[in-house]
Amino acid sequence: MLMQLAAIWNYLIVILLMMVGLFLVISRANLVKKLVGLSIFQTSVFLFYITLGRVSGGTAPILTDAPDTLYSNPLPHVLILTAIVVGVATTALGLALILRIRESFGSIEEDEILAAKNESAAADMAQAKPGAEA
Amino acid sequence: MMTPQTALLVGILAPLVVACLTPFLASRPVWRDAAGPIGGVVTFIAALHVALAVQAGETPRLFVAQIVDGLAIDFAVTPLGAIFGLVASGLWIFAGLYSVGYMRGAKEKHQTRFAAFYAVAVHAAMAIAWSGNLLVLFIFYEILTFSTYPLVTHKESQAARDAGRLYMSILVGTSIVLLLPAVIWVWMVTGNLEFRSGGILADALDPKMAPVLLALFAFGVGKAALMPIHRWLPAAMVAPTPVSALLHAVAVVKAGVFTILTVVVYVFGIDFLSASGATTWLVWLASFTILSSSFVAITKDDIKARLAYSTISQLSYIVLGAAIASSVAVQGAALHIVMHAAGKITLFFCAGAIYVQAHLTKISELDGQGREMPWVFAAFFIGALSIIGIPPAGGSWSKFMLMVGAVDSQLYFVLSVLGLSSLLNIYYLLEPLSRGFFRPKVKDVTIESHPLVVIPPVITALLSLALFFYVDLFADLASLMVAP
Amino acid sequence: MNDGGLIAVFLQNLPVLVVVIPLLLAPVVAIITAPRLAWAISLAGVGGAFLAAILLQSITESIGRVTYHLGNWEPPWGIEFVVDSATSLTLVIMTGLAFLATLYARASLMSEIKHTDLGKCYAAWLLASGGLFGLVATGDAFNLFVFLEISALSSVILISIGAGADRRALSAGFNYLVIGAVGATFYVIGVGFVYAITGTLNIADLAARIADIGGGAALYAGFGFMIAGIMVKAAVFPVHIWLPAAYGYAPSAVSSLLAAIATKAALYVLARLLFTLFAGVPDITELAVTYVIVPLSLAGIFVGTVMAIYEKDIKLLLAHSSVAQIGYIALGFGLASSASVAASFVHIGNHALIKGGLFMAVGGFVAALGSRANLASFVGIGRRMPITATAFTVCGLSLAGLPLTAGFISKLYLVRAILAEDAYVITALVLLSSALSLIYLWKIIEVMWMQPAPAKAPNLAENPAIYVPLWIVALANIWFGVDASWLVAASRAAAAALLGGGL
Repeated sequence: MLMQLAAIWNYLIVILLMMVGLFLVISRANLVKKLVGLSIFQTSVFLFYITLGRVSGGTAPILTDAPDTLYSNPLPHVLILTAIVVGVATTALGLALILRIRESFGSIEEDEILAAKNESAAADMAQAKPGAEA
Repeated sequence: MMTPQTALLVGILAPLVVACLTPFLASRPVWRDAAGPIGGVVTFIAALHVALAVQAGETPRLFVAQIVDGLAIDFAVTPLGAIFGLVASGLWIFAGLYSVGYMRGAKEKHQTRFAAFYAVAVHAAMAIAWSGNLLVLFIFYEILTFSTYPLVTHKESQAARDAGRLYMSILVGTSIVLLLPAVIWVWMVTGNLEFRSGGILADALDPKMAPVLLALFAFGVGKAALMPIHRWLPAAMVAPTPVSALLHAVAVVKAGVFTILTVVVYVFGIDFLSASGATTWLVWLASFTILSSSFVAITKDDIKARLAYSTISQLSYIVLGAAIASSVAVQGAALHIVMHAAGKITLFFCAGAIYVQAHLTKISELDGQGREMPWVFAAFFIGALSIIGIPPAGGSWSKFMLMVGAVDSQLYFVLSVLGLSSLLNIYYLLEPLSRGFFRPKVKDVTIESHPLVVIPPVITALLSLALFFYVDLFADLASLMVAP
Repeated sequence: MNDGGLIAVFLQNLPVLVVVIPLLLAPVVAIITAPRLAWAISLAGVGGAFLAAILLQSITESIGRVTYHLGNWEPPWGIEFVVDSATSLTLVIMTGLAFLATLYARASLMSEIKHTDLGKCYAAWLLASGGLFGLVATGDAFNLFVFLEISALSSVILISIGAGADRRALSAGFNYLVIGAVGATFYVIGVGFVYAITGTLNIADLAARIADIGGGAALYAGFGFMIAGIMVKAAVFPVHIWLPAAYGYAPSAVSSLLAAIATKAALYVLARLLFTLFAGVPDITELAVTYVIVPLSLAGIFVGTVMAIYEKDIKLLLAHSSVAQIGYIALGFGLASSASVAASFVHIGNHALIKGGLFMAVGGFVAALGSRANLASFVGIGRRMPITATAFTVCGLSLAGLPLTAGFISKLYLVRAILAEDAYVITALVLLSSALSLIYLWKIIEVMWMQPAPAKAPNLAENPAIYVPLWIVALANIWFGVDASWLVAASRAAAAALLGGGL
């Protein structure tokens, strides 16, 4: 049993990271922590792909002169390069948004933002009372 | 001389033209108000042309647009459609005149919107009458509902809006949840939705499913006001009386029973229906509606509410005729569309005339007012006679044929239902008259005279009498309807 | 490539042009500071995509299927763009509505966001549109993920720009970012599984190899992750939670664009996954549609409708209604008959017209009122802004499915398709929900038309730059209600292409 698990330790780590990341996204009220969770979640997928590309006994996929060299699969690496770019963009955009949220709501805690939003909603209805804009 | 095709086009377009012109005539009230009756005359002449062509054995047709393959917006006039077209357009002339008098006399607001949607409703009624297939019928059935909403809610008061909600939720709700799947079901099993004499379902539908489909139609057509989906009709009485008179005694409710009759005659086919025995439950339900709404009518003191329940009862006469599904009964039902329309519009005109001239809305307030408004009460008397079915008023023909139809089908209990209902009719329709003439006054009112609300009921009352003697055109069309 | 002149080059490259015209113009627009010029270039970009989509549609009508190999790399090694009848119909609908939304955007965005943001806003606009078109056109599973993220990130920017008028747009944008990223990551995990067992990413190639493999835990896991991820993007209940706030607080033009094309693209991908990619493993797809898609669609229909009934803010109300409408489309795919899939395509087109028009109209009200549109500010607005209010009513009646409007055709075909499956309970539920949807619509119409405007309320100015595009959409709603032949025929062809063995 233990040996079996040890043989797939890379996948176990992927799953662990995945769960940790997703749990953070769902459970944290702090927006920055949410974003951290999201990054961990995405990173687990990067590892997943890299692990898939590994061929046991294979070397890095750089063309060598030896005719029977066993290469690892380079395609997942390329894919993940793209995914990393996407992940960076997501994180950057998320952080930028958090900055703006902090400026306008004065908080990055979800419950406090929610309270502020409810105030806005009440203000909407009051503002729109008949004749208010006249 | 117009060809029937042109007449068909004119009859459908004339109300629409009136509706479109009305907003532009808002600043000239005289022209705006004249547009309705003029449109009514034009539409009626067109309808008469179409009806005569149908009587001569033609089927005027008009193709408008192809929605998708196999489904088109087209019009083709059936004999039954010719009858309904005549009724709707003919009575629009008087209702148009009357509504001018009423709206001005009662000093209602938003008269332009009122006139425009009034005309749209008539347009929808004409299109329903002459529709060439079930889909077109359904389309204009819905348009009729939506176009009458602004009329029901006209007063813009909370009560009017509540009534409007009830009106929409029952009529649109039933049509979406029940009528639409019924239409689609027919479309699926037959591949088309055309009206043919003898029906299109005979070989396509499993007779065991016929009662289910019939139930979808009977309850889906909320406008026929079968119990328990009749509540919208009394609610709609919050509308100004011209709306109650033309739409909720003639166009809208008749569109409902017209739909049921059309479905029975041209979609199911009466032979298929009576052979499948699918209608027994509907006979009972219609009988129940006839009697129970008559009892409710007795309890109502508000004139319009009483007339509304009377309408529910009378509509079920027509549904009853359709449910008996014999040749004579169906003819009787078709005739009853005409007779009840003329009679009931007279009664509503009178109710509105009493409101505009004396500001009375309750029957208990009418004591002793008969001599103050002799013409109105005389018209009311004739209208009531026609509804009760006493010669020499037109209503006696249709009731007679319904009874013969019931006997033909050996449904003897229907005879007692009709008899009892007539007695109840006599009680609740003649009570206002007896109060008006034979009781001392309870309320002194000043009568403001508005001739435009008095002349139309007198004319329609005379029409009810005339229909007793000159019923040939309608009787011919009705018998053509069931001719193979 | 060069022997046929410019036009031939254009025609050969159509599948990719739909995508790259908007994408390539995005950086150009981003550095332009003159809002009007930025808008004109955006309009030209989306218009170019629209033109390409129309041409593609006519080509697929005659020859059925067009492919394009990016950089001339042969599939399955290179990235392939594949356009068949289903793709081209979806593209025509999306590009067409995106074009109208762009036409409308100038005046509406001008009134709702800071003028210095306009250039960047149009850049994000083009990226979002191009990304969504790419989502539909691509024939490569991983490339699809990239387009998913391009469109998601730029949509988040577009939504958050609404913060100029309402700060709640920021948290709506953030939520969409996080939930969307989780959804996209789920999808990419699924792709990983499928890649691991097949060794290919080309969708056609994948479909063939999956059919050969025919089952197994890794395949099922991949299927589950991919479907779940796309369902997040398509806002199928219960993973629709990002949608109401996102559409509700975005600038109206953005709501109009996204409501018309964003979820539609994801729904198209959902159908592709079910009927093309995993067509070879019917046991798992049948399980998924019967026990997941259909029940969730029905739940979404009712939840969306009920939420809309209780909502007072017009944009949020329309957004909740979108959840319900997405349910109808997903339901059609879920029933998986050729009639029901065709009905879904019909509704993809009609709902794009309906919701696009409704959000445009709301934008018109917001521009004139200068405050959020809700039931309190809508009192008597029918007489104060008759042109916009009439168009709103037309689109609203179409939403309710009044005959002679586009919405009726959708309802007609959807109900017929469900009835043909003998699914009477579903038929009844759909009809019931359709009747319920009238309640929230009528609530608005009653307030607009049947309540007198407040005493001192002035008549509000209506801007032709807003109501002309709006009326084009409103009239299209009527046109497609009277003559639906083209849409119905194209939808049938799309369903046939989708179900007939795929790419």
